[in-house]
Amino acid sequence: MKKIQVFDPALCCSTGVCGVDADQALINFSADVEWAMKQGVQIERFNLAQQPMAFAENQIVKLFLERSGQEGLPLILLDGAIVLAGRYPSREELARWVDITLPDAEDKPAKSCCSGRSCC
Amino acid sequence: MLFLEQPPRFLFFTGKGGVGKTSIACATAMQLAYDGKRVLLVSTDPASNVGQVFGITIGNHITGITSVERLFALEIDPQAAAQEYRDRIVGPVRGLLPENVVKSIDEQLSGACTTEIAAFDEFTSLLTDTVLHADYDHIIFDTAPTGHTIRLLQLPGAWSSFIEEGKGDASCLGPLSGLVKQREQYKTAVEALADPLRTRLILVCRAQKATLQEVARTSQELAAIGISQHYLVINGLLPQSETLQDSLAKAIFAREQAALAAMPAILKTLPCDHLQLKPFNLVGLEALRQLFTISVSPLMVKADKPITIDAPKLSALVDEIAADSHGLIMFMGKGGVGKTTLAAAVAVELAHRGLPTHLTTTDPAAHLTGTLTGRVENLLVSRIDPDVETKRYRQQVLDSKGSQLDAEGFALLEEDLRSPCTEEIAVFQAFSRIIREADKKFVVIDTAPTGHTLLLLDATGAYHREVSRQGGSTGLHEITPMMQLQDPKQTKVLIVTLAETTPVLEAVNLQGELRRAGIEPWGWIINNSIAAAHAGSLLLQQRAQNEVSEINAVAHHHATRYAVVPMLKEEPAGRESLLQLIKT
Repeated sequence: MKKIQVFDPALCCSTGVCGVDADQALINFSADVEWAMKQGVQIERFNLAQQPMAFAENQIVKLFLERSGQEGLPLILLDGAIVLAGRYPSREELARWVDITLPDAEDKPAKSCCSGRSCC
Repeated sequence: MLFLEQPPRFLFFTGKGGVGKTSIACATAMQLAYDGKRVLLVSTDPASNVGQVFGITIGNHITGITSVERLFALEIDPQAAAQEYRDRIVGPVRGLLPENVVKSIDEQLSGACTTEIAAFDEFTSLLTDTVLHADYDHIIFDTAPTGHTIRLLQLPGAWSSFIEEGKGDASCLGPLSGLVKQREQYKTAVEALADPLRTRLILVCRAQKATLQEVARTSQELAAIGISQHYLVINGLLPQSETLQDSLAKAIFAREQAALAAMPAILKTLPCDHLQLKPFNLVGLEALRQLFTISVSPLMVKADKPITIDAPKLSALVDEIAADSHGLIMFMGKGGVGKTTLAAAVAVELAHRGLPTHLTTTDPAAHLTGTLTGRVENLLVSRIDPDVETKRYRQQVLDSKGSQLDAEGFALLEEDLRSPCTEEIAVFQAFSRIIREADKKFVVIDTAPTGHTLLLLDATGAYHREVSRQGGSTGLHEITPMMQLQDPKQTKVLIVTLAETTPVLEAVNLQGELRRAGIEPWGWIINNSIAAAHAGSLLLQQRAQNEVSEINAVAHHHATRYAVVPMLKEEPAGRESLLQLIKT
């Protein structure tokens, strides 16, 4: 099974309510992670404010942070290699990476405007 | 003293800075030790002077008080605890990750919530260690955790993922991540807090209307989460005997008695003790012994010459402000120091000088500013109700972002939204709509977000982007609120405080935070000074004497420029009395 690692930006309150606005993308993605785990996908998340060591110990992540800065986060690795940076993946993307067929019924209406690569 | 009758093992004193929690905690500890009990006194007050009070050095380990048998003390510095806590997380990656990344993580963990949780982390073992409990009959704390902290520790969702699995996800709280003790231990500690047979919570305050209302809210909030054994101590009451000598004392006495009469109903049901204002500093055993006695031995009152201080008046600051003809003037300081009154006075004076001014306040009942609307030429008055703004902001977030969450996630989001930062953000968003006017006229605001909140708002860069997008510009030449606040040509931040140890210390901390956010406070105002009021009462004169060293510290160490505003006989209201305040 393929392994997904998600390196989140630093968040004071996990929900992001300390910022100007709670991040809907973050909240949606959390639901998608929950879903992926139920499908048996191996998926790990690291928050920069809570587990900075995980960022420092991974050479790819460390170099990414040095070049792109924390503004470039989140960073998503698939089996140790970069698959996405700067935004969270959609459920469709997660499914494609780990070769799970996504039944149409799973598609939530709420996500219809965000399908594919463009996220709103 | 009612709160000293049949005391349980744990006694917590809570109340805002400067009301005398530490002195009362020390006197309580001493009293119980004299009664034959073995007592441990724990101070988490950042301005802790427990060592000074007993004439020894204490610090971060249990130390016997030599002059009082059976009494031991421990000082926990919450700032140091928070620093240790941050170091546990940030320390290992310093030098490994880019410096600005490390700095941003550090900032995320620099809020008031983190400091409080770190302090709680430090004394959790005191509440749960049964070996320690065999050594002491009573453990006395001079601060108590807020409802927010306790609720965070009670939330199952806050713990499940991080502490147990060691993984952070969207339902895991930042400030809790550095906790070192076991979940079970926090649970036991919170249970001990909520058990009236083990814990008594003593709310300490002064006889001021706004303060009593705030204490009533604290009491309700704590009762709502199961901590319901409350006692009330009203400290620093001016004795009636002083009113014979002095008209200022008479006015203060009348104001205090009126505040007591109008006390919120929820407080009237609590067992309540009154402590009179003492003419001496509460340092040394003899002074502490006298704290709980009604009459003060006449020998303790030193009849010094009346104090005269030569400090700048508020009018001098207004002259400098007026010279710029426009700009944003923000007043910053803890609740109850008089920010709204001072902001209104400065705004009225600017308008009076013919300068167009917009005064925006958070004055909840509009007592003060309600009398100004339409009455002063060149002055526009608007009001932001923090409660309304905060509720709207919370509801908006819950409606739009909470709909897809499960019950635990929703509870967690709800709790995050009850953090003190939320109100600041909500109010600041409301204000940011107005501060753009400051390039054409004066905008005077009676509150300001802390440096921590500003940095968080700015750290993500989201605010800049949001503003640029709404402005429809490329964003290159767009001035964001943060940039506006950092520019001394556009913004003047005035720190308001009182001439007492803890309020000055709190103001110094506020200033440090603002500096972290790249904002240099323009000036300080010391409000309600008795030293500047030329009181006739001997008791008040002694208090004035105590103010001098604090005023000097502000003048020589903390402030670039400052002004001292005297304690007034009446709360100013209306145009004339506000104009008068500037000149006194």
